[in-house]
Amino acid sequence: MALVRFLIRRILSGIVVLWVVSTAAFFLFFARNTDIVARQLAGRAATTAILQEVTRNLGLNQPILTQYWHFLGRTVTGNLGLSYYNGSVPVASIVGRDLPRTASVLVGGVVLWLVVGLSVGILSATRARSLFDRLATVGVLVGLSMPTFVLGEILLLAIYLPLNENGYHLVNTGYVGLSSGIIPWAEALILPWITLATVQAAVYTRLSRGSLLDTLGEDYIRTARAKGLTERRVIYRHALRGALTPVVSQLGIDVGVLLGGVIVVEQVFGVGGLGQDAVSAISNGDLPVILAFVMLAAAFVVIANIIVDVFYAVLDPRVRIS
Amino acid sequence: MSLSEIEFQAKAVEDAPEEGIQGRSQWALTWRRLRRDKMAIASMIVIVIIAACAIAAPAFAALAGHAPNTVYPNTGLSASGGPVPPGTHGFLLGTDELGRDLFVRVIYGARVSLFVGLVTTLIATVAGVSLGLITGYFGGWVDGILARFIDSVLAFPYIVLALSLAVVFGPSLPIVIGVISFFTWAGISRVVRGQALSIKEREYIEAARSLGAGPWRIMFIDILPNLLAPVLVLATLSIPAAITFEATLDYLGLGVPPPTATWGNILAGAQSYYSVAWWYLVFPALALVITTIAFNLLGDGVRDAMDPRTERVFAAGRKKRRKRRTASPPPAPQLPGALPPTA
Amino acid sequence: MSETLPRDAATAGPGGTDDVLVRVDDLVKYFPVRGGGLISRTVAQVQAVDGVSLSIGRGQTVGLVGETGCGKSTLARCIAGLIPVTSGTVTFEGQNITNLSRRHMQPYRREIQMIFQDPYGSLNPRRRVGSIIGDPFAVHKTASGSARKKAVQELMERVGLNPEHFNRYPAEFSGGQRQRIGVARALALRPKLIICDEPVSALDVSIQAQVLNLLADLQQDYGLSYLFIAHDLEVVRHVSDSVIVMYLGRIAEAGPKDPVYDSPRHPYTNALLSAAPAADPDAAASRQRIILTGDVPSPINPPSGCRFHPRCPKAQELCGQQDPPLEVKAGDPSTHVTACHFPVQEGEVLARSGRASGGQPR
Repeated sequence: MALVRFLIRRILSGIVVLWVVSTAAFFLFFARNTDIVARQLAGRAATTAILQEVTRNLGLNQPILTQYWHFLGRTVTGNLGLSYYNGSVPVASIVGRDLPRTASVLVGGVVLWLVVGLSVGILSATRARSLFDRLATVGVLVGLSMPTFVLGEILLLAIYLPLNENGYHLVNTGYVGLSSGIIPWAEALILPWITLATVQAAVYTRLSRGSLLDTLGEDYIRTARAKGLTERRVIYRHALRGALTPVVSQLGIDVGVLLGGVIVVEQVFGVGGLGQDAVSAISNGDLPVILAFVMLAAAFVVIANIIVDVFYAVLDPRVRIS
Repeated sequence: MSLSEIEFQAKAVEDAPEEGIQGRSQWALTWRRLRRDKMAIASMIVIVIIAACAIAAPAFAALAGHAPNTVYPNTGLSASGGPVPPGTHGFLLGTDELGRDLFVRVIYGARVSLFVGLVTTLIATVAGVSLGLITGYFGGWVDGILARFIDSVLAFPYIVLALSLAVVFGPSLPIVIGVISFFTWAGISRVVRGQALSIKEREYIEAARSLGAGPWRIMFIDILPNLLAPVLVLATLSIPAAITFEATLDYLGLGVPPPTATWGNILAGAQSYYSVAWWYLVFPALALVITTIAFNLLGDGVRDAMDPRTERVFAAGRKKRRKRRTASPPPAPQLPGALPPTA
Repeated sequence: MSETLPRDAATAGPGGTDDVLVRVDDLVKYFPVRGGGLISRTVAQVQAVDGVSLSIGRGQTVGLVGETGCGKSTLARCIAGLIPVTSGTVTFEGQNITNLSRRHMQPYRREIQMIFQDPYGSLNPRRRVGSIIGDPFAVHKTASGSARKKAVQELMERVGLNPEHFNRYPAEFSGGQRQRIGVARALALRPKLIICDEPVSALDVSIQAQVLNLLADLQQDYGLSYLFIAHDLEVVRHVSDSVIVMYLGRIAEAGPKDPVYDSPRHPYTNALLSAAPAADPDAAASRQRIILTGDVPSPINPPSGCRFHPRCPKAQELCGQQDPPLEVKAGDPSTHVTACHFPVQEGEVLARSGRASGGQPR
């Protein structure tokens, strides 16, 4: 029951955070001189008449608080406004179309990063100083030093290009929906997944390796070994639990990094998800799209943090009590 | 040695002039250890070379005969209008799609990267140390608020802030420096605050208070020297993070706007042409990755020089250490996750 | 709860003057224990010091003994102004220095200094020794540059350190030397009172003697007063003019050292003395050791009445009900006070083992 109360508290505070972020973003974007906003859309050469028309159309001539009120009202019902750039398209439908793409990249990337990061980290820790460990360390160093977009482009150059030029269409850019089948879907996503996962996997390899090594040095592990448990049992049943807690708490912090990574990956591989939408919206001055993205990003961070906290509470019983 | 020999030696030591004996400070010891670390020395050399190239960029441009932002459509583009490969017509590393000299642009890109890396780290360190020190020492509700704020900043998706600022103010160098400093500062501040909180309870701080030392004197003369070690490591490792961060922002179009030659901008352009011009992608990528690796290695070296107990995988012949149970200042904390480095 | 100490109870010593340097009147220090969820409330108080009065005369050494947790360190820090006082007053040369702001306390800081217990923790490891000793000069702006360096080196020499070592770091000195550094730092501004918080407890016995002798020499040369806190009775006897025995935040017994050591009235003092190792093996063998049973009660929830009664071999019903006042007992000099309903009389032998804790009278 403490867990349920804990959950409710977190959800409530998450809603508050969401509201604060949305409000801040709204005022940041729209509380400026309306001329600037309108001009961004209408373009440099717009005449005063056009500017006024644009301003009226977008409702920018209303007092800011009225605009805010409208905004709150319609957002709560799921109406995210109309795209500035493409005046007839509701932002909500853009989100609906592109969210699955972003989600595909995200989920696959996270799974890959966690699996690779943790397993390499654990194996490195248990085989400390072996050849595997040293190779892994080199890999970690390179992974850490490689910006995601650079890795993406290199993969395009080194893998996608040669394969495709020689007729092996095993990997794709762009996006293929699940409805076309799992294999095509995965083929288009495999490179984005690897790109997204590698850098983070490097971080988590190092983190889990260090954490596990520290835990393995603890006295209670020595006791477990002295009891005669197999090394495998010692690691998986005893050490891992304690070693994983710093990893899990790091996850909460890394959600923000993850979002950045997703955007970059979408940009490199042309996945056409929300990240790419947001980036193009910058040059288009498409404020509603960016605003929607900001809100979704905040929601994602909040939800992810709640999930991470639940995991943490499961791993570490002391957290539930406090 | 015979007994008399030992006695003689002992006496010689006692009689030796003791004028101005200098204790070896922490820094002197660290530097000595660092000097012996081959990896760290190698990375320092690489960094110096890169810095030298960046400073001498105009000289390189003059040597090559090409300016970084000037297009050379006649010599720099192939017959079909595409980029030319390295070695053609005096373009050492080839050209980009506009016929600009890639080599010169990459050298100039180093300027931006190093500048941003150093400036943001400097700002973030000064701000982070000051704030962390002040709130850690004074505590109270100010500290409570700041701690929550720092946690929010660290968890905040940097991309959202960068996007928002870019759409409102337009992408530019000051925005890049501002955003990167803002996120880096939080990580440093958190570490400093934690250290200050624990150091504040030590007896020598109580002794300083009993002498009548004021809070500012205690913070900067008594506490600060004790936390410089982790701060230095953190700062050194923040530089490559900042460089990567800046490149990423440029790539997404949220950073320094083209036509300025930055590694991120060049790579953004390379994305469309890599299939016909591999050099366009490879060389700036190499420059970026090598620079980052060098700083990361240096940072690791500094950390190990300050705290030789941490395991070094590249140290030859070190035996695996058993975990120490002594209370000691903690080694520099895991940091790359605390910054938005490489996404 | 207050026991007013007769004015000169702790100041009279052999040839001692009546000139009072520091007076503590009814000092109380409680630390709040915070609990509760979202908003932390104070759920209990740690009654570290609960009504202590004493005075220290010029050139005198007052010894303060008690077991761990009795509040002696807290009392010292209250007198030094390092922690705020809950109630009561601290007076220095007639001036009330209780809970002064830092600015107002500053001039008194030159007069009241402290030496700490831990030679390894009380010196900043990242500062050179010369800088540490020179700190008082810097803080109070009394000397700078070469004058400061000269003063520092003189101090180092006075405490028995090689002045050429002033550029060294604390890590390069032994424990005993580090305590000397602490002494030099405390001595820098020629204070009138030095509070020594267990200054030799962390040192080897042979080094202890050296440091104690140094402190005695300095007292002679500079007319210092000491508040000497320790848990080793023999050390206290050696250095002090008068002794105060504390138990759980209160004074159990106080007076000039000879009356207290030769005829202790409080059962607790008797127990402490009986536990102290005696140098003479015959005396040691024939000594009756009084063993106190029961746990040390916690200062959060002290026993009713006399705080010592659960462990006292002589306790009776009155002891659990009424707090004994600190007063002169029959036959004692006017400066020797005890807080006990049934003080130990001349020739009385306390039972070997006390009662079990629980507070039941025998």
